[in-house]
Amino acid sequence: MLAVMSIPEGTTQGPAIQVRSLEKSYKALRVLRGVDFEVARGGIFALLGSNGAGKTTVVRILSTLLKADAGTARVNGFDVATQAAGVRESISLTGQFAAVDEILSGRENLVLVARLRRLKDPGAIADDLLTRFSLAEAGGRRAATYSGGMRRRLDIAMSLIGNPPVIFLDEPTAGLDPEARIEVWQAVRELAEGGTTVLLTTQHLDEAEHLADRIAILHQGRIIVNGTLAELKQLLPPAKVEYVKKQPSLEDVFFAVVGEK
Amino acid sequence: MATHFFADTAVLTGRTMRHVTRSLDTIITTAIMPVALLLLFVYVFGGAIRHGPGSYVTYLLPGILLITIASGISYTAFRLFTDLQSGIFERFQSMPIARSGVLWAHVLTSLAANVIAVVLVVGVALLMGFRSGAGVLAWLAVAGILILFTLALTWIAVIPGLTAKSVDGAGAFSYPLIILPFISSAFVPTGTMPGPVRAFAEHQPVTSIVNAIRDLFARQPVGAGIWTALAWCVGILLVAYIFASIFYRRRIS
Repeated sequence: MLAVMSIPEGTTQGPAIQVRSLEKSYKALRVLRGVDFEVARGGIFALLGSNGAGKTTVVRILSTLLKADAGTARVNGFDVATQAAGVRESISLTGQFAAVDEILSGRENLVLVARLRRLKDPGAIADDLLTRFSLAEAGGRRAATYSGGMRRRLDIAMSLIGNPPVIFLDEPTAGLDPEARIEVWQAVRELAEGGTTVLLTTQHLDEAEHLADRIAILHQGRIIVNGTLAELKQLLPPAKVEYVKKQPSLEDVFFAVVGEK
Repeated sequence: MATHFFADTAVLTGRTMRHVTRSLDTIITTAIMPVALLLLFVYVFGGAIRHGPGSYVTYLLPGILLITIASGISYTAFRLFTDLQSGIFERFQSMPIARSGVLWAHVLTSLAANVIAVVLVVGVALLMGFRSGAGVLAWLAVAGILILFTLALTWIAVIPGLTAKSVDGAGAFSYPLIILPFISSAFVPTGTMPGPVRAFAEHQPVTSIVNAIRDLFARQPVGAGIWTALAWCVGILLVAYIFASIFYRRRIS
């Protein structure tokens, strides 16, 4: 989980993401009231919060789509307000809705992004990613015909092109069925194993628990806790030993009946 | 980043052009209403309209071409709106590319799609007996005016494309633009209209543009009228461009 190769000019030192007293209001609504956190290089960082907590606002500011009212944020050493071009060289964004071009085929979507990133041999890059994300067979079909899980995988594959050192995944499993969710989790894990820093937002506690190395909880415009899962668990009184009959969860039942893992 | 503007715009234009070539129905629908108007006015109403010398289809075509463009640009607004809704616009904005290339790709695609629709309509008019003795220069002048008009309306279309809340809203702005030629010299000479209507018809942009194209087709001297037509096109283009840029900047920050 060390730094990546191929980091554009930026800095290979220091944290991947640094956020200091970030504030943002939409008219009278104060969404972010001084958000502070740091994300070390490599690994998966989950920003956890309920609907409307401001997770997407944080991601939009970090990916230069939105200007903060106050505070600073640096991504890969670049300031989001004054060095936006450097930030954009360093990141990929996968927004809440799978941002794929429905009229293009899966392969054409990948080729498009590879061209825009001015990479050599966009076709080979596309074919490689289609194979990695089990989309090779569907590659020639229009993305409009894909299932939710396939679109998400295509979306994430598009974000990988050019090996950006930092990837933002805004609610990557929103609206997916349990199988597709596990596929996406697998893809995210592979990303992190490759050395990429992943910041993901989620409102599903189990998603953060399964995926993240570190978890921060965004609540009422501030980060109220930030740490590893083990650290967060220590915030509560130590576990008591209780004997409870283990009932299968609905998820266990679903997978048993469907006949997959 | 500016050094990549042309390369990025070219790649993105390739993408939006595929949206056009893969839904050719949008071009057909753009051309169908003007062709229907052409048939209706030439074969049903045309006999009763006193429009001066020459065939009515030749008299009518310039206005019909403007209607074609006015209905074609609603697809530009629609395509831009869809990009914003789907999130792909934000994906592009967060990438290391010339950001304005996304907008220019839509503008260039609008131009190309409208040129195809206009050529289709001219083809139908030729079959219906439209004839012009205009030389190469006059045809080039007509093409130039139509391209300017398309660019002007396209930048108008960018505004609802960026700001609309629903698909219907993104397309609705084009209706008044389609109606405007009816209250102009496009279908009938303005001389028979009652005072206030006539005053409006003679001083709105469509009349001067229609008259300029008509004179070019008829090999008549265009006179000062063509400058009025060009001034309208350039004026609308600049104002629409400024407003579109303001809304665009608001959208990306």
